Amino acid sequence: MTTSTPDSVATTPHRPLKRAFAGRVRWWTYAFLFGSVLLSAFPLYWMFVVSTNDSAAVSQTPPTIVPGGNFFVLAEQVFTTVPFVQSLLNSFIVAGSIAISQMILCTLAGFAFAKLEFRGRDPLFIVVLITMMVPTQLAVIPLYMIMSNLEWIDTLQALIVPGMASAFGIFWMRQHLSTVLNNELMQAARIDGCSTWQIYWRIAFPLVRSAGFVLGLLAFVTAWNDFLWPLIVIQSPENYTVQLAIKALQRQYFVDYGLAMSGSFLATIPLLILFIFVGRKMVAGVMDGAFKG
Amino acid sequence: MVLSAPPRSAPAPQRPKSTKSTGLKPRRRIKSATRMDAFAPYMYIAPFFALFAVFGLFPTVFTFYVALFDWNPIGGQTFIGLDNFVTLYGDERFWNAMRNTFSIWILSTVPQLLLALFLAQLLNNVRLKFANLFRMTMLVPYITSVVATTIVFASLFGRDYGLINSFLNLFGVQSIDFAANTFASHIMVSTMVLWRWFGYNTLIYLAALQAIPKDIYEAAAIDGAGGFKQFFYVTIPSLRPVIIFTIIVSTIGGLQVFTEPLLLSAPGLTGGAGRQFQTLSLFMYEQGFGNFQFGYGSAIGVTLFALIVVFSVINYLLSRRITSDE
Repeated sequence: MTTSTPDSVATTPHRPLKRAFAGRVRWWTYAFLFGSVLLSAFPLYWMFVVSTNDSAAVSQTPPTIVPGGNFFVLAEQVFTTVPFVQSLLNSFIVAGSIAISQMILCTLAGFAFAKLEFRGRDPLFIVVLITMMVPTQLAVIPLYMIMSNLEWIDTLQALIVPGMASAFGIFWMRQHLSTVLNNELMQAARIDGCSTWQIYWRIAFPLVRSAGFVLGLLAFVTAWNDFLWPLIVIQSPENYTVQLAIKALQRQYFVDYGLAMSGSFLATIPLLILFIFVGRKMVAGVMDGAFKG
Repeated sequence: MVLSAPPRSAPAPQRPKSTKSTGLKPRRRIKSATRMDAFAPYMYIAPFFALFAVFGLFPTVFTFYVALFDWNPIGGQTFIGLDNFVTLYGDERFWNAMRNTFSIWILSTVPQLLLALFLAQLLNNVRLKFANLFRMTMLVPYITSVVATTIVFASLFGRDYGLINSFLNLFGVQSIDFAANTFASHIMVSTMVLWRWFGYNTLIYLAALQAIPKDIYEAAAIDGAGGFKQFFYVTIPSLRPVIIFTIIVSTIGGLQVFTEPLLLSAPGLTGGAGRQFQTLSLFMYEQGFGNFQFGYGSAIGVTLFALIVVFSVINYLLSRRITSDE
């Protein structure tokens, strides 16, 4: 066997493939990517720097960019200026309820759309898809009137109930259920006498537990970070969510950045901790097409 | 056709009645279960439709109705037809908010999506080390709330002690009063939007890149296409649906920018003393909840809806044309 021309010709088809997907990684690739890491992380680092220094340190020229030892002083100030613990608790209640409810309701609806046959299924699913495109945020004035008629103004359920199910969640769970749950399995269960509910609860739900978890996470993050709607609905400080509490730390005409950033930092910690444990899942969720309108 | 369990003619098997069984039950139970099963799908989708009808569809339609009134939550309401719209389109504050919204939208979306596309391209290499670290840190801004983001960036962009001005001073550049200057304030707001979303979009693009079949590149390379040609003739067309999607989503998001200008203009709602960074959403909030003009505020909401619909369609058509003309 000759090892000259024929062999090298035979290997050529593989080279372009390697160039596209497994090429040598140049140094500037890392430079750009580390740059983007810096871009992503620096504002949070700065938040930490300001919330651990006294205001003199950050208002000198040039400002200090290393953390100081003032964290507990500022943190205590945050807790005495606004009902921060209560706000954290409220945010957990709101975001947690929304996450759990979305996991249950969207999986149920997704299951129906993916695996059950019923009259009007396809048109109804198109309606679900269309609602993903409608920005309901712009209808806050009538929504406020509804809440006012329900006498839900200044209550947490005004924040929870509208977010309990989402078109995106249904779409997301339907996609996962239609790929994961096969018809033979369902038919077998039917023949064994399983009701639809039993199929859902014993077969479908366990199969898509992890996709449901990702949906719950995304719903939790969105609800935790929501600002406009709580700002409109909530009035009393004891019903504040953390976002409202941070906003309240911003004084009238002069912003005490040390205080405001300590609050922001304290409000971001729970999500950062969550992210450390489930970040990979969330990245996978976003890359899986966790498009959110 | 409804899938239902056929009635069993064989005698019920003598299995132990453990709760773990797959649900074998006496015949009567099966019958009642099937009747329930015909309704089951509707029951499963009902919660969403009920919630959407009450808290999504109804308010949306009702916005159009309220916009036809001089509607004050305390003083009552008078039907005035299209007067709110006539006043609105003659209102200089509205056009100012419109200009600001578009300026901020362009300044944030264009660099954001280009950056995301570029970074996704860099990340799409199996030999890349620390790939997971890069992906994860890029998603950190997404989990940070807009409120926190705005406070941090307001400090970074501060006139007197802001880090950005300190940095500019190093090069002999005069400090910029970002909040006071119209264009500079738009850059400031756009930077916040860009920071929050670039990583998210990068990951969406990366996912789309990884879905492109490798043999297309192979074929292109055999035809003599180099890296750049491959990018323009293979990558961009393959990403078309995802690019359209991200443009539409950023447009919807961009037209609703609210929190950043609100917090930057605290305690007022005008988006700076001269309304230099008041967006349409903030203008709507100012009229609705600052001045309690629900009718006028709803007219702004209706206009925003219309804009979003129009722009989604234009974006879709435009992106399709541009990418198919390549």
